Amino acid sequence: MKYLTTSSLRLILYLILIAPFLLFVAYAFSTRWFFPHPFPIEWTVFTFQRVLDDTRTISSMAQGLWIALLVSVLSLILGFPAARVLGLRRFRGRHLVWMLFFLPTIIPPLAIGMGLNILFLQIGLAGTIPGVVLAHIIPTLPYTIFTLSSAFARFDENYEFQALALGASPIQTFFKVTLRLMAPSLVVAILFAFLISWSQYLLTLLIGGGQIITLPILLFSAASGGNPSTIATLSLLFIAPPVLVIVATARSLNRHGNEIREQY
Amino acid sequence: MRDKFIFSPWLSLAPAMTIVLILLGASLFYAIAESLGIISVIGQNEITLSAFRDTLNFHSEFWISLGFSLWISIASTLISSAVALLLAVWLSEHRGNTDTLALNWNLAFPHLVWSVALLLFLSQSGLLARWAAMIGLISAPVDFPVLVRDRFGIGIILSYLGKEIPFLTLIILAVLRSQSVEYDVVAENLGASKWQRLRYVTIPQVLPALLAGALLVFGFIFSSYEVPALLGIGYPRALPVLALRSFLDADLRARSEGMVISLIITFIVMVVAVISLRLGERKE
Repeated sequence: MKYLTTSSLRLILYLILIAPFLLFVAYAFSTRWFFPHPFPIEWTVFTFQRVLDDTRTISSMAQGLWIALLVSVLSLILGFPAARVLGLRRFRGRHLVWMLFFLPTIIPPLAIGMGLNILFLQIGLAGTIPGVVLAHIIPTLPYTIFTLSSAFARFDENYEFQALALGASPIQTFFKVTLRLMAPSLVVAILFAFLISWSQYLLTLLIGGGQIITLPILLFSAASGGNPSTIATLSLLFIAPPVLVIVATARSLNRHGNEIREQY
Repeated sequence: MRDKFIFSPWLSLAPAMTIVLILLGASLFYAIAESLGIISVIGQNEITLSAFRDTLNFHSEFWISLGFSLWISIASTLISSAVALLLAVWLSEHRGNTDTLALNWNLAFPHLVWSVALLLFLSQSGLLARWAAMIGLISAPVDFPVLVRDRFGIGIILSYLGKEIPFLTLIILAVLRSQSVEYDVVAENLGASKWQRLRYVTIPQVLPALLAGALLVFGFIFSSYEVPALLGIGYPRALPVLALRSFLDADLRARSEGMVISLIITFIVMVVAVISLRLGERKE
C-alpha cells in the first residue's frame, strides 16, 4: 500500500514535468482541434511540415545555430586560458578577477542589453551577427570560465611536466595531454554555452533589432497571437537541442546543472 | 620558468577580462549617461535629473509596476521554496534513480517555452478549459476563469513555479544527499516525531542553501522580461516590461526613463545577489 502511494505520487510528479512536451506534441501533430474537443481528433504531420516549409523557420534556426556555434567556440577560446589560471594559480588580485567574471551573472540581461544597444548602434554592430555574438558572450563566458576552472582545480599539472620531460613538444603536450584530460568538462562547457546562446531572447532582441531573427524571437512573436499548432511546432524545434543535450549529459549535470540553470 | 609565472596569470586572463570589462563598462556608461538625459544621437548633451524625477514622481506608473513586480517575485519565490522543500524531503525519503534526471529534464525548457506551454494549457480556449467543458463545468470559453494574461499575474506566477520548484528541489536534494551522517535517523532513534525531524533537523540543514537559492530566484524573476511580457497584460505591467517598452519608445524622453528603471532594477538585484553570495559563503 505504501509502495503504491509512493509510486503514484512519483508518477504524478513525472507527468507534470513531462506535460509541456506532451502538450506541444498534441498541438503540433493535430489539425482542426478546436474548443470544446478535449483531445485531438485528427492527427497529421501537415502542420509540422507547413511550419518547417516556412523559410522564416529554417532561416531563424540556421541563424540561431550559427550564432550559438560562434558564441560557444569564442567563449571557449577566451575562457580556457583564464579558467586555467584561476583554477591552478594563487596570485594577488585573484579574488577581484572572480568578482569581475561574476558580475555578468548578476547584472540583468535587460540592463546589459539596453546599454549595449546604444553603444552598438553608434559603432555599427547593432543588427549584425558579430554584434549579437558579442552580446551573447557576456552570459556564456562566465559560465565557461567557472565550469573549466573547477575542472582545472582538480587537474594535475605533473602529467604535462612528465610529457615535456619525455620529449613531447608543448603543442603535442597541449593536444595529447591537457585537452585529453580536460575533455569531459570541455564538452559540458561548450554544450551549455551553446544552449545559453540558442535560447537567448532579450539580448538578441535588443542588439539584433529586428534584423537578426532567431527561433526564440520567432516563437515569441508567434505566441503573442499566432495559431496554437504553429506555436507548438516552433516550441518543439526550440527545445530539441536542449532536450538532446540534457539527456546526453545527464550524469555530469548533477555537478553543473545548478550553475547554468538561471541563465535561461 | 619562475619569472614567466609572474606575468602569465594576467596574460592568460587578459582576453576574457578585456571583453567583459569593455562590454560591461560601456553598457553601464551608456546606461548612466542616458538616464541623465545625455542622448548624443540627437545632440542632447546636458546633464539633467528630469528622467529620475519623472520616474519617481508619486503619480508615475513606476510605483504600480514596482508593486506588481514585487508581488510576482515574492509570491513565486515563497511558494516555490515551500513546495521545493517538501518535495525534496519526500524525494530523499523515497529514493528513485530517475528523480534527478526527471528534474533536470526541466532544464531543457527555457522560461519562454514554459510560458508558451502554460498559455496553450490555461487560456480560455486552452486544454484545461476544454477538459472543464468535457465534464460539464463550463459551456463556452468565456466561462473559464482568466488564468493567463490576468490582472493579478497568476499566469506569470504559475509559469515561474513550474521552473523554480524543480530548480530549488535539486539544490535542496544536493544538500540532503551530501550529509555524511544521517542526522534524521539519529533523531528518529531518539524518539523525534516526523514534524520534529523536519523542523529541528532537516530545515536547519538545508536553510542556508535554500535561502541562497531563493534569493537567486527572486533576483532572476524580478529582472526578467519574457515571462511577464508574454503572460501579462497592459496594466499593471512588471517593472522590466515597463523599462523595455519605455526604452523602445519613439519618444526620446521615455528612453531615459526606461534607463532609469533598468538601473533601479539592477541595483535591487545586485543587493539581493550580494546577500545571497554572503549566505552561500557562510555555508562553506
